[in-house]
Amino acid sequence: MIRDIALGQYIPGDSVIHRMDPRVKIVLIFLFIVFLFVAQNFVSLLLLVVSVAVTMLFSGISLRHYLRSVKAILFIVLFTSVLNLFYGGGETLLKIGFMEIKSGGVSNAIFIAVRIVSLILLSAVLTFTTSPTSLTDAIERLMKPLKVFHVKVHEIAMMMTIALRFVPTLLEETDKIMSAQKARGADMESGGLVQRAKALLPILIPLFVSSFRRAYDLAMAMECRCYHGGEGRTKLKVLRAGKRDAFAAVLVVLVCAGVVVSNIFLPGALS
Amino acid sequence: MAVIELKNLTYTYGEGTPFCRTAVDNVSLSIEKGELIGVIGHTGSGKSTLIQTLNGLLRPTSGQVLLNGKDIWAEPKKIRQVRFQVGMVFQYPEYQLFEETVLKDIAFGPGNMGLTPEEAIERAKKAAAFVGLSEDFYEKSPFELSGGEKRRVAIAGVIAMDPDVLILDEPTAGLDPRGRDVLLSQIIGYHKVRGNTVLLVSHSMEDVARIADRILVMNSSHAAMFGPTREIFARGAELEQMGLRVPQITKILASLRERGWPVGTALTMEEAVRELLPLLEKGGVRA
Repeated sequence: MIRDIALGQYIPGDSVIHRMDPRVKIVLIFLFIVFLFVAQNFVSLLLLVVSVAVTMLFSGISLRHYLRSVKAILFIVLFTSVLNLFYGGGETLLKIGFMEIKSGGVSNAIFIAVRIVSLILLSAVLTFTTSPTSLTDAIERLMKPLKVFHVKVHEIAMMMTIALRFVPTLLEETDKIMSAQKARGADMESGGLVQRAKALLPILIPLFVSSFRRAYDLAMAMECRCYHGGEGRTKLKVLRAGKRDAFAAVLVVLVCAGVVVSNIFLPGALS
Repeated sequence: MAVIELKNLTYTYGEGTPFCRTAVDNVSLSIEKGELIGVIGHTGSGKSTLIQTLNGLLRPTSGQVLLNGKDIWAEPKKIRQVRFQVGMVFQYPEYQLFEETVLKDIAFGPGNMGLTPEEAIERAKKAAAFVGLSEDFYEKSPFELSGGEKRRVAIAGVIAMDPDVLILDEPTAGLDPRGRDVLLSQIIGYHKVRGNTVLLVSHSMEDVARIADRILVMNSSHAAMFGPTREIFARGAELEQMGLRVPQITKILASLRERGWPVGTALTMEEAVRELLPLLEKGGVRA
């Protein structure tokens, strides 16, 4: 059933990483990801992989969840790796017709696979350990400087919060409408592509109508409570970065420095 | 002959996960052809789950649903045929409307049955008449109707499939008193003319008392009682323990009886009048 689809991947917990300030988490993970692409040789890559593993360990979330998120992109990883095999210089290792696999290509393939997988794992750490609301809170705070350019930061954050809030509601609604149309004999399982697309109409139209109705109702309810945007609005949960966050920041910076140092003193593996 | 028979029916949500919950537990019963059954039970008692197993929207975890003596899941690929025979009107069915015109929307079900467009429209017109929608409505958009009218269009959409069993899940919820009365009498009228089996899920004991032949009481996933309406409502104390009650008028007469007045039982206002009028005429009422 549609209700079983895992959305909003937050897995509640009380690990060190759960308790970190979401802003710090976002910034550090972003930094981490950037350095995944800075790394140029196997030593620095290994350093990063180990750090990713340690981060995952500290998040206190079972490996099963991580494996599932990697499984979703396994095809992309394989596809890009195989493609990369054929690029790059070095000695020829294998020759199939006009295609050649060279040693450079092999390291290219390994690098791209490790980078993509680590990238997914890192973002999984973020979404697994941070509730959607604190995520949007953090994004709002981090985007605040953009106000100078007249970006409506609060409004964007509010829209994100509302969108997240309504995902389960709309899923439930979809489920109900699907049942109702199935009860009227709607056939959604058979037929060709065109037929299947047509079969979606009896679900999409009522869903649209009810989404608009919900939007109007919500707007009305917000206005009744005098909502007027972010001006002068205070927060129920004020974000505070503490010692834990400072410690994590130092660790990440050290790892990044390690990557830079090994890049300078060791030969690059990419071509 | 029983039109629907349940044998040890059990349905568990999310089986095999830590969140599994048994919503219907080992229910066995049989419903005769042409009966009008009221289904009552407080929120979360399993009524909605139970009725969704009847037309194959939910597949029982264990046990069987027999329709005219045949297991509906004997051939899972033909489950759609079961849905045409067991029509289901969900709660707030007006949110399922999607077509451009009322008539087209009502004809959606018959169209899915494989009828020609003309036949489907013909059925739609008949169904519209049952729920009191005049020809003026045919070409209107379902979205410009009032809430009550939309609901009637949605119910007509299920009636149009001409099911042997019609299940209505709280069809009167959210309607004004007059809309409720009209809708209920339309359901009764349809039941009489068509002579099919109707299951009505309701939170209104008054409604159920007025129209049901037999009542099924669901309580914490079990079928707690199943019997003739009068017998069920004679067990007021038990019903109250389940978070239900008897119709108000039944309760009033019961308290009068307790205080020694010579009155019988009543399920509806009309019956109560019949019981009370002789007393008043004798001039016997003085507090």
